[in-house]
Amino acid sequence: MHETEVNVTVNGEHYRSVVEARKTLADFIREDCALTGTHLGCEHGVCGACTVLLDGMAVRSCLIFAIQADGAEVTTIEGLAPADGGLSTVQEAFRQEHGLQCGFCTPGFIVSTTAFLRDHADPSEAEARDALSGNLCRCTGYQGIVRALMRAASELKQTTP
Amino acid sequence: MKPAPFAYHAPTSIADAVALLAGYGDDAKALAGGQSLVPMLALRLARFDHLVDLNRVDELRGVTRQGEDVIVGAMTRQAVVERDPVVANVVPLLARATPLVGHFQIRNRGTVGGSLAHADPASEYPAVAVALGATFDIAGDNSGGEAGTTTRSVDADSFFVGTWRTCVEADELLASIRFPVWKGRCGFAVEEIARRAGDFALVGAACGIGVDTDGAVCRAGIGLFGVGATPVHASVAEAALLGQTRRDVTEEVLREIGDLAVTDLDPPDDIHASGRYRRQVASRLVARALSRALEEAADA
Repeated sequence: MHETEVNVTVNGEHYRSVVEARKTLADFIREDCALTGTHLGCEHGVCGACTVLLDGMAVRSCLIFAIQADGAEVTTIEGLAPADGGLSTVQEAFRQEHGLQCGFCTPGFIVSTTAFLRDHADPSEAEARDALSGNLCRCTGYQGIVRALMRAASELKQTTP
Repeated sequence: MKPAPFAYHAPTSIADAVALLAGYGDDAKALAGGQSLVPMLALRLARFDHLVDLNRVDELRGVTRQGEDVIVGAMTRQAVVERDPVVANVVPLLARATPLVGHFQIRNRGTVGGSLAHADPASEYPAVAVALGATFDIAGDNSGGEAGTTTRSVDADSFFVGTWRTCVEADELLASIRFPVWKGRCGFAVEEIARRAGDFALVGAACGIGVDTDGAVCRAGIGLFGVGATPVHASVAEAALLGQTRRDVTEEVLREIGDLAVTDLDPPDDIHASGRYRRQVASRLVARALSRALEEAADA
């Protein structure tokens, strides 16, 4: 076995663990950080359920080894919600627009949507659909998810001058 | 943990990376963005005793204009190229093909060199490289020397050898790609058909056109993807365009040139599309991309 010490800051907290090189960042987050909000669907980069922010960029955490994130800052779904236990603007929009049913894919959608809206404050619906194409949902048929993204965009626009 | 165990190496220079690859030979694999390699490891379609991670090699990153070329470091992320003003200005075909590569989360991690070295024949970048006439700079071990590397340059037509296979040897590393800046009045377009946004294309075409002061085509580049084991450089169709003006190139001529581009092709059948369908669609996509490129060049 090839085990190495890995240090990662997740949601502002420092985590240190000795892991095998083949351990993905997704497994590190769930097993070593005990943050199980990040979900694993396909584990080979297709479904997007495991999306996290790595140094601010939305990436699939199943396609990165934990050791590659040594020294990096990661934000997971747990880090997007306000500390008071409320919902973020994007989360609230998903609730209002029925952007989820079983909820398994939702953490990935929320992280992807949050990252996309940071870079695209005023997206068209076509841009929204393109941005959401990297995440799979087997329940909703996507209509509610697209509406949730558009609602979050307009609410973020109102709150940020 | 789905991939088989491996030893992990994270060199910080090209010389160290090449030395590691040379030392382990076929037992080692270079890890770039990992957006294709890691799925293959997870599915155990591939396994290596050693992975040489290039993500900490700073000298492999960056976009620089040097004379008549734009040099893209192999580890430059696709998302960086997508937003780079130099690329958008002087290598527009590369800029326009990039949003078609995977999804934005993939492009945040995936690299230009990784996609080219992975050499999936259905991917966009290899066809762009062939259409523009890019040059690949490959770093190799300094034959037993203590430090330093050698570099050899290969043109795009020789770089791709087969499905997932390039001319890069086990002890070598793709270091950078030089995209020539097309001078004068030019137009570029990429067209593809995919089942869903972000999926691998069933088939596609990347085209560049240059016209002289009289509006006659003086330069043409056509690269096809998804039609065979490697990207296809449609040089016969390119030659047929030379000297023609936008007026000469009627809808019928475009159709003929599209057909010329696929004459010798025998694309594969698979679950997604028949070879015959791919061939027909490729012909039409060439015509469509050329039409847009001609328009742009004529208006430039």
